[in-house]
Amino acid sequence: MADTQVFVAKIKSANHRYGETIALDGVSIDVPRGEMVGLIGPDGVGKSTLLGLMAGVRKIQQGNVEVLGGDMAETRHREAVCSQIAYMPQGLGHNLYPTLSVFENIDFFGRLFGQSARERAWHIKDLLQSTGLAPFANRPAGKLSGGMKQKLSLCCALIHDPDLLVLDEPTTGVDPLSRLQFWELIDRIRVRRPDMSVITATAYMEEAERFDHLIAMDDGKVLAVGTSDEIKQQTGAKTLEEGFIALLPEAKRQGHSAVVLPPRVAHKGVLAIEAENLTMKFGDFTAVDQVSVKIERGEIFGFLGSNGCGKTTTMKMLTGLLAPTRGTAKLFGRTVEANDLETRRRVGYMSQSFSLYGELSVRQNLDLHADLFDLPKAQRKIRVAEMIRRFDLEDVRDELPQGLPLGVRQRLQLAVAVIHQPEMLILDEPTSGVDPIARDEFWRMLIDLSRKDGVTIFISTHFINEAERCDRISLMHAGKILAMDRPDALRKARRAKTLEDAFIGYLKEASGDASVDDASQPERVPELAKATTSAPRLFSPNRMWAFARREAMELVRDPIRVMFALLGPVILAIAMANGISFDVEKLDYAVLDQDRSQESQTFLENFSSSRYFNHKTPITSRIELDKRLRNGELKFALIIPPDFGRDLLKGHTPDVGAWFDGAVTFQAETSRGYVQGVLSRYLAEFARQEKGGASATVLADIATRFRYNQAFLSVFAISPGVLMLLMYMFSTMLTALGVVREKELGSITNLYASPASKLEFLVGKQLPYVGFGIISFASLVALMVLFFDVPVTGNFFALAVGAMLFAVAATSLGLVISSFVSTQLAAIFGSAIIVMIPTLNFSGMMYPVSTLEGGGWFVGHAFPALYFQKITSGVFNKGLGFASLYQNYLWIGFFCLLFWTLATLLLRKQEA
Amino acid sequence: MGRSFKNIYRLGLKELNSLRRDPVLIFLIIFTFTFAIYSVATGVQTELRNASIAIADEDQSELSRQIRASFLKPYFKQPALIGLEEIDRSMDASRYAFVIDIPPDFQADIMAQRKPTLQVNVDATAMTLAGNGAAYIQTIINREIGEFVRKSGTNSKPAVTISMRTRFNPNLESSWFMAVMQVVSNITMLSLILSGAAVIRERERGTIEHLLVMPVTPGEIMLAKIWANGLAIILAVTLSLYVVVQGVLAVHISGSIPLFIVGTSLFLYAMTALGIVLSTYAKSMPQFALLAIPFFVVMNMLSGGTSPLEGMPKFLQIIMQASPSTHFTSFAQSVLFRGAGVDVVWPQMLIMLAIGTVLFLIALARFRSTMSASG
Repeated sequence: MADTQVFVAKIKSANHRYGETIALDGVSIDVPRGEMVGLIGPDGVGKSTLLGLMAGVRKIQQGNVEVLGGDMAETRHREAVCSQIAYMPQGLGHNLYPTLSVFENIDFFGRLFGQSARERAWHIKDLLQSTGLAPFANRPAGKLSGGMKQKLSLCCALIHDPDLLVLDEPTTGVDPLSRLQFWELIDRIRVRRPDMSVITATAYMEEAERFDHLIAMDDGKVLAVGTSDEIKQQTGAKTLEEGFIALLPEAKRQGHSAVVLPPRVAHKGVLAIEAENLTMKFGDFTAVDQVSVKIERGEIFGFLGSNGCGKTTTMKMLTGLLAPTRGTAKLFGRTVEANDLETRRRVGYMSQSFSLYGELSVRQNLDLHADLFDLPKAQRKIRVAEMIRRFDLEDVRDELPQGLPLGVRQRLQLAVAVIHQPEMLILDEPTSGVDPIARDEFWRMLIDLSRKDGVTIFISTHFINEAERCDRISLMHAGKILAMDRPDALRKARRAKTLEDAFIGYLKEASGDASVDDASQPERVPELAKATTSAPRLFSPNRMWAFARREAMELVRDPIRVMFALLGPVILAIAMANGISFDVEKLDYAVLDQDRSQESQTFLENFSSSRYFNHKTPITSRIELDKRLRNGELKFALIIPPDFGRDLLKGHTPDVGAWFDGAVTFQAETSRGYVQGVLSRYLAEFARQEKGGASATVLADIATRFRYNQAFLSVFAISPGVLMLLMYMFSTMLTALGVVREKELGSITNLYASPASKLEFLVGKQLPYVGFGIISFASLVALMVLFFDVPVTGNFFALAVGAMLFAVAATSLGLVISSFVSTQLAAIFGSAIIVMIPTLNFSGMMYPVSTLEGGGWFVGHAFPALYFQKITSGVFNKGLGFASLYQNYLWIGFFCLLFWTLATLLLRKQEA
Repeated sequence: MGRSFKNIYRLGLKELNSLRRDPVLIFLIIFTFTFAIYSVATGVQTELRNASIAIADEDQSELSRQIRASFLKPYFKQPALIGLEEIDRSMDASRYAFVIDIPPDFQADIMAQRKPTLQVNVDATAMTLAGNGAAYIQTIINREIGEFVRKSGTNSKPAVTISMRTRFNPNLESSWFMAVMQVVSNITMLSLILSGAAVIRERERGTIEHLLVMPVTPGEIMLAKIWANGLAIILAVTLSLYVVVQGVLAVHISGSIPLFIVGTSLFLYAMTALGIVLSTYAKSMPQFALLAIPFFVVMNMLSGGTSPLEGMPKFLQIIMQASPSTHFTSFAQSVLFRGAGVDVVWPQMLIMLAIGTVLFLIALARFRSTMSASG
């Protein structure tokens, strides 16, 4: 057991693959306890996978992963230790909830780990103070800068006092000052809790220098282990970055040498970019505030600043994607206009995130862009081939970009951006997340373009060594440009040793923030802190409540969703209750009267006087009859035979022809019934007049009683079904998006990393939507009773109980769909089909269940809609209560259990 | 102009490529146009078919037995014989749509011309069945009584008869109607979601921004989406009509399918444009879903395909004239069932084109401003 005292994690020959791609290839490492361990290496070498395995959020495929003295493959151990592990996934604020405030985010994590209100209050106060986030406690997480988001993520990770902190590239995409503050914060926390082990991946080699222990990785394998000095010594390199490059296998190092920037020959003539007082406001938020820059042709202009400081917005204004609120931007002397296709042809743009088509191969992407930029046919092939060669894409030309490492994808993006030989490149963080070698390669290409082809390059970056390669750089903060000059001039101006120090100086000055270093003295940790991390329970209502509370808060913060979720059903109910009507009246018909006698007139009057029929211009010929039926003008036509009157009087029983339009079968059936009815009445009347007195034709009185709906009005019959359908559809579709949205946006990792069970998560997510369902139910019932005059004839309480059960069943179905699919699009689509088709056709809403056969019968009974339909129509129309409907409650209850089980089985608690 | 066409063509190809790589979506499209159509057409009956009926026979006479035997398949299920006391309970449980109560001494009263009363209970919550069924039952009972009395030799023949014949669907098989209307409603749902979601997806992935910095106009991007998504649906519809509707379901289509396809493309033009308009109002996929639900539900249910347009209040009828689905439904019925040609349906085609163009212009006006503001 001495081992577990020394090592927090031991990994033995771990293998991991995603389809064809090998992420980990026999990795064996021991991670020392109580130290700060850094994981370094290019992107896509398996760092994240390794961290995921250690945090327990990723399923172990092969090998042995022991963390905190137990096997992570065992569910029991994982559940027991997951409250001692904190995991912060890659990406800026991916595990945060953007609409929740800073305080609410931390509070949610506290609840998730079962902390009491007192504990949470103490922890949150402490964390906010020590991170300097206290003044922003009420700001929504989505409106924080990149650095602040990462600090908040860290707060969320630290709330439960973990013994092992797993950080996956926590500072990627964060400005130098925030980065510095972040690590200082970690250091302070470690002073307070010396036992805590930290393992972190990073792309910044400068950062890695400060870690106690380093693990260098490449291609799914461990290259070297040791302290930073040891690695430098081992390779004989001056910096860690050089040391790392030296560690790489020969093939990869080939052709790598330091990047040199040859001096630039000044261009005369029109400026490439000329921006004056560019200002962009979103509402009352000023994203860019009076930015002015002048950039000459062929210049490499660097743009630095934290995330959310306005860099991307500025670039979008230069490309014409956004129209500035104020100020002007000129490219090559022409004002940027959204519709100026000519200028667009001279510019190549590369956006921050990968924005090419993942479903097209590398080659197809290049072809598409060559076509869209309208390269001459002869040149097109040559250009595409040249790009593939120049950007070293030969090996992957027919592959989909999705599976390629980030560095290769960025090369492809650049290739696409320059395929039309633009005179200017606007590149938004093109190297974020790319490993050092690939970055150097990338820069060589840029320098080549600038110096050889005279291309102007406007580039934003977070890497100081990249900034040093620019002709000029500007530093942006909170929408304003703080400084702009040559790199060494800036450094000298601040009398700083390095450019990084110069920047930090500028940023500190601008944010008026001396530093948070001494803001917090470590307070005494009260005794209550550790007590509550009790053994995992099967189902914790508190954790479920934490999920429910958060989901509800997010919902309420999205007023558009709330409005549509509440008003949508009401609007639809009004439309349907008014619109769906089987009350057939005023059927258009016309007559071809070949007799034109007194008798035929009398006979026809029976039709024209009926409220069911609407008389149209008489027909003159058979051809006309056919035509008018064909174009849909007439629902039916009558043909009175010649000598109708004479035959009638003689008792020869003339035969009237009736032609119906059978296109709409239901309507044709109804029309036939009505015509039959009119005939019967005529016959009775005729008999009475002919023979006088009681007729012999009416032998018996057939009393038809329309039960449950005496007036036989559609609104009464349809309303209960509409109520059911709308509750069903909205509840299911909204819930269906719930889980899959977290999958797409990344916050699902909070479930993976938390001690919460799948059922707690699912039920918690579901509760707010159940609430919505019940509100919809209440508003729909009110609408029906008050405005449609549809009375509740049965036991209202029985209806309400049924509605609650049904809301649970419908949302549970949503959970099943949501757990199964992987995209929101599929969720919408799938739930629309699963809800609409069986419900409209087989639930008894439109067509009675007792007539269903075979597949239709089965499908109808396989969804809860049919049972709730029986309850709604039973209570609304039939005056029933629990006693006659109890079976349906049991069925709906059964569906709830079934759906929960399915959803729990389908949802994964770990990544693959 | 030539360049524009080329861009539209090129971007459309890209759109088709995206679709090709999304197996879930392809599965759903195929599913909705095959199995879903089949199951609805065979599962739902609007004509009197399989009606569940029960008889409480208090008379137990020759006549009452004759009446009992007159409810034949496939119109009715085998009538169940129940006691008087079971009527309410069984109807409450929706076990039978119709329950006939033949009173004691019914036959004797008929013969004595005392005009007895026979009661037909109809479950009027089943609107589609109740009215027609009740009329049928009345006719059947009257006929049986008439025959019974005539055999006993005290009857005369009726003064007038009406021979009823039905054009376009001689046996009034509802599967014809249901199949075609289900095709129409699937087109409505798919086209709206497919185009709108395609825009939202491109925006969420940032690819739309990429297009907007290239020498491509928003109009070209939209037209590409319209033709590509439209083509995918048209293919599905054509196959569905030939294979499922005409083939498997053996629906007799009297009109020209090519003409129907032309009309369908006009409808798709309008619907995909509407999908794009909606997508410019939604910030995220859930919002788009919520926005799209009311549209396709109302367009489906009130287009005249589910229940006749004539039954709606006047103001709704007028509002529904703005929906392309209303015109498409009437177009589809005319062409597919009544065999109408262009000379008959050109007004609907023109209206769909006009609605589509208005929607397209709205989409165009909103497209650029909303696409990039999200960044």
